Amino acid sequence: MTTQWFGERVERREDQRLLTGAGRFLDDSGHDALGVAFVRSPHAHARIIGIDVAEALDVDGLVAVYTWDDLPGRLADPLPLLIPHPDLTHPRTQYALAHEEVNHVGEPVAMVVADDRYAAEDAAERVVVDYEPLPPVVGIRAARSAEHLVHHDVPGNVAAVTTQELGDARAAIAAAPQVLELDLAMERSLSSPLEGRGVHARWDADDQRLRIRTSTQTSTGVRAAVANIFGLPDVAVEVITPDVGGGFGTKVLHPYPEEVLVPWAARVLGREVKWVEDRYEHFVSATHERGQEHHVRVGFDDDGTILGLEVEFWHDTGAYTPYGIVLPIITATQLPGPYRHRHYRVTFTSLYTNTVTCTPYRGAGRPQGCFVMERTIDRIAEQLGLDRAEVRARNLIGPDEFPYDFGMTFQDGRPLVYDSGDYPAVLERLRDLVGWDGFAAERDAAAAEGRHLGIGLACYVEGTGVGPYEGGHVHVETNGRVMVATGLTSQGQGHETVFAQIVADELGVDIADVFVTTGDTRRFPYAVGTYASRAAVMSGNAVALAARQVRAKAIRIAAEALEAAPADLDIESGVVHVRGTPSRGIPLAQVAVLSNPLRYAFSKEAQAATQFASPADPDMPPVPEDDEPGLEARDYYSPVRSTFASGMHAAVVEVDPDTGTVDVVRYAVVHDCGPLINPMIVEGQIHGGVAQGVAGALYERLAYDDSGNLNNASFMDFLMPYLSEVPTPAVAHIETPSPLNPLGIKGAGEAGVIPGSACLAAAIEDAVGVRIDRMPISPPELWALLGERVAT
Amino acid sequence: MTAMRKDGEVVNPVAVDHEVVVTVNGVTRSARVPARRLLSDMLRHDLRLTGTHVGCEHGVCGACTVLLEGEPIRSCLTFAVMVDGARITTVEGLAAPDGELGPVQRAFRECHGLQCGFCTPGFLLLTTELLTRSPEPGEDEIAEALGGNLCRCTGYVNIVRSVRRAAELAKEQLS
Repeated sequence: MTTQWFGERVERREDQRLLTGAGRFLDDSGHDALGVAFVRSPHAHARIIGIDVAEALDVDGLVAVYTWDDLPGRLADPLPLLIPHPDLTHPRTQYALAHEEVNHVGEPVAMVVADDRYAAEDAAERVVVDYEPLPPVVGIRAARSAEHLVHHDVPGNVAAVTTQELGDARAAIAAAPQVLELDLAMERSLSSPLEGRGVHARWDADDQRLRIRTSTQTSTGVRAAVANIFGLPDVAVEVITPDVGGGFGTKVLHPYPEEVLVPWAARVLGREVKWVEDRYEHFVSATHERGQEHHVRVGFDDDGTILGLEVEFWHDTGAYTPYGIVLPIITATQLPGPYRHRHYRVTFTSLYTNTVTCTPYRGAGRPQGCFVMERTIDRIAEQLGLDRAEVRARNLIGPDEFPYDFGMTFQDGRPLVYDSGDYPAVLERLRDLVGWDGFAAERDAAAAEGRHLGIGLACYVEGTGVGPYEGGHVHVETNGRVMVATGLTSQGQGHETVFAQIVADELGVDIADVFVTTGDTRRFPYAVGTYASRAAVMSGNAVALAARQVRAKAIRIAAEALEAAPADLDIESGVVHVRGTPSRGIPLAQVAVLSNPLRYAFSKEAQAATQFASPADPDMPPVPEDDEPGLEARDYYSPVRSTFASGMHAAVVEVDPDTGTVDVVRYAVVHDCGPLINPMIVEGQIHGGVAQGVAGALYERLAYDDSGNLNNASFMDFLMPYLSEVPTPAVAHIETPSPLNPLGIKGAGEAGVIPGSACLAAAIEDAVGVRIDRMPISPPELWALLGERVAT
Repeated sequence: MTAMRKDGEVVNPVAVDHEVVVTVNGVTRSARVPARRLLSDMLRHDLRLTGTHVGCEHGVCGACTVLLEGEPIRSCLTFAVMVDGARITTVEGLAAPDGELGPVQRAFRECHGLQCGFCTPGFLLLTTELLTRSPEPGEDEIAEALGGNLCRCTGYVNIVRSVRRAAELAKEQLS
C-alpha cells in the first residue's frame, strides 16, 4: 500500500467551519433553552444549616430552584468513584448538590433554572444559604498535620497511601558512595481551556430520548453515568460532544454535577435546559492539578551513575477523589524518566484539602515527576562538578535495552514496560539544537555585557495510548462518501483530519471523500475518551483496522464483478481496478451498491444490485452466512499496554537580577512520538504544550489563602500567557516506532508541557546560581532568592 | 415580564427592552434587548451570529473581539444599547458571500493557526484590522496588535506565522 496522506502536512478539514464562525460549540445551539445558574458555596468548609429560596421565587423569569432535597433516587447519592484502587482506602465523591456539608469554595449547593442566564443569576443571588463555617484545611502542610479534617471520617486527611518498588532502593542508597537528599514542590494550577464547561439537554418525548450535549472529553463516559443514575436504558441516552474549545484534561472528569443535574431538569420540566459556566465558576468548580511536595534520597557513584532512588511525596487531591489516585500513580511511575534504574522506591500519600478536586491537567502528574527527577540529576551533576548533559547520558537506557521493564504497575493497571526509544539520539540532537556544548562561551560573552544567561535541559518519558480500547467504523456509502466514526472526542487536535488521512491511505481514496465524526454515542457507542495522549494511537489504529476490513471486502466484491483475482486488484483514487489496467475497474461507490443485495433500486446505479441484475447461484442466499450487507466494517484496537513516547527540552534564559524577571531567549525541543501522521498537527501540539510548560514555570499558580478562598479566580489575576510570554521553540523529531500497534505510532498531545518547569528551573539556576526547588517562580520570589544569596 | 405599572411608571428597569439597530457585516439587524444585555450576547443569541465567542466575560481573553466602526473592541464589556446605530464586523463577515475564504482565513488554515478554534474569530478580526491599517506589518507591530488576546492551544507560534502569510495573500489578492 503506498501512503499518500500519512506523514503529510494536510490542511485541516475542521478549519472551514471554525474559520467562518460556523463552529458548533456548546453555547452555539439551544438559543431557546432555559438558562441555569448555580448557587455555590462561598466557604471552603461548612455545614449547611438551611436554604431559603423564598426571595428567589419572586424573580421574573424564574422557573425552578432545586436543592439536594429535591433529588430523587440515585441522583441523591454521591457521584461515581470512577477509578477505584485497592490502596484508595478512603475514597470520597461529592453529591450533585451539596448535602449537609460543603468542602470547597465553589461547590454547587442549589440549581436555579430560569428563562435565561441573566434571570437565573438574578434568582441565584437571592437564594439565602445559612452556613455554619468549619475549619478549612488548605495546603499539603495543613492536610498532613491533620489538625483539622476535611472529611470527619477520613483520619489524617489521607485518601490513600501507596508504595511501589523496583529492587531495594534503601539498601542501594545505603551502599552508595554519594548520597543527596532534597525537597521539591510544584504548586497547584489548572487546565483553563478558553471555552468553559457547558451542558445542554433535551428530553425528546417523541423519540423517548434524553439528548445531551456537553463540552466533555468523553461522551460514552457521560452516557454510561447518566443512564445508570437515571435508570434509563443505554439506548435512551444520547451524548453528543459538540465542537469543544479546549479540554486539556479537566473535561475528562465525568459526570460533573451539572452533567446529571441539567439533563434531570430537562426531563422534569419537559423543556430544553442549558447551562454554560462563566470563568469564575470554572476556576472554582472545574478541576485543578499539579500540587505536590516531594522528598528525594538518591545514591550515586562518582561518575554520576544513579544507584538507588527513593522518593516520598504528598499529593493534594482537593476535596474529593472521583478520579481515584491515577494522578499520583502517574507521577510515581513516570518519575524514573529515560534512566536506567535498578533500585527505585516511591511512596505517595494522597491528601484531602478543602479546595477544588484535582484530576488530570495536560501532563497529568508527569510534570511533577519530571521536575523531581531532573532537578535531582542536576544536583548530582553539581555535586560532582560534571556536565549536566553528560550525567544524563551516563544514565540513559540504551537503544538496545528495550523492552525495559520497571517491575511496576502503570496508571492503566498494566506493567510499566518501555517499548521503544532512542534516548541517546534525542540527547545528542538536543545538544546540537540548543547549542549546549558552546554555551559556556555564549554565557561568558553575555556576562561581559553584564547580562546573566543560563541554560537548562530536562528529559521525560511519557506513557501514551493507554487502553482499554477504542473503535472505528468505516462505511463506504453508495454515493462514494467514506463515513468514519470513532467514539472518543476532539478538542482541537485535528482528529477529523488525521483519521481521514489514515483511512484515505488504507482505502486508496481521496481524503476529500472521507468524513470523520467523533464523540457522538449515536454514531459509535463503545469508546473510552480523549486523554493520556491516546487518541491517535487508539482511534488511529482502530479506524485503520476497520478500513483494512473494508478494503478487503471491496476487493472481494470487485473481484467477482470484474472476474479477476483479488490479488491482482488495487484501489486508487476510489476506483478498484486491475493492477496495470486502470480502465478495468469499478468505483468504490458502485462496489458499495453491489455489497447490498436489493429488491428495490433507489437509483439507476442501484439497479445493478437488484435480484435479476446478474445470474444468482440458486443454492447460495443473497447474503452468505458469514457476510453482512454493506461496504462497512467496525474494528477495535486494544493495547496490551501503553506505548512510551519521549523527549527532551532545553532552554536558555536571561535573568534580570534587579527585577527578578526571566526572559526565555531560546527554547529547543527534540521529540519522539514515532511516525507522524500529520507533522503540522504534531508541531502545533508541541507549541501549545510548551506554552503551558513555560506558563507553569513562570506565571500560573492558583493562590488559595488559608481560609480556602481562591484569590485569583479570574484571568485578571491568574496569569495565562499572552503572545509576549511564549517563546517560539525550535523543534526536531526522532522517530522510534512502537512495536505495540499496527501503525507503530505513539501519542503526542501532552508532551510539550511535561519538562517545562524542570528545564526552566535548571536554566534560572545556571544563570544566577540560586537553588530553585519549587515552581512556579515569580519575579518577586526570584528576587528574594537572589537577595538571600547575596546576603549569605 | 412585568415592566410597567398601570400608571405607566417603570417598576423593573431590567425588564424594559430597548430597540438596538446595528449594521453587522453590511446587513442591518435589530433586536429588542434589556439595557444590561451584553453585545456579545446580543450578537450570539438575539442575532444568532455565534461565531463571536465568550471566554471570560471580563475583558481579558479577547475571544469576544469584534470590530466596531473598524476598531477592535471587547463585546463582552460592551452593552448592546451602547452601539445602537453602529457598524460591526464579526467573523461571519470575513468570507465572500459564496463562502470562499478571505485571505486572512486562508492564511490561518495554511499555517495551522488554529486548533480548537475558540479564540480564532478574535484573532482573525485583529489580523484583519491590522492589515487594513498596515498591509506589511513588522514583527513588533504584529506582536502589539495580537498581544492582548489569549490562545490556550497554539502557543501563538502559528498564529504569528498566519498573520505574516495573510499579509502576503492579501497583497496577492490586490494585485
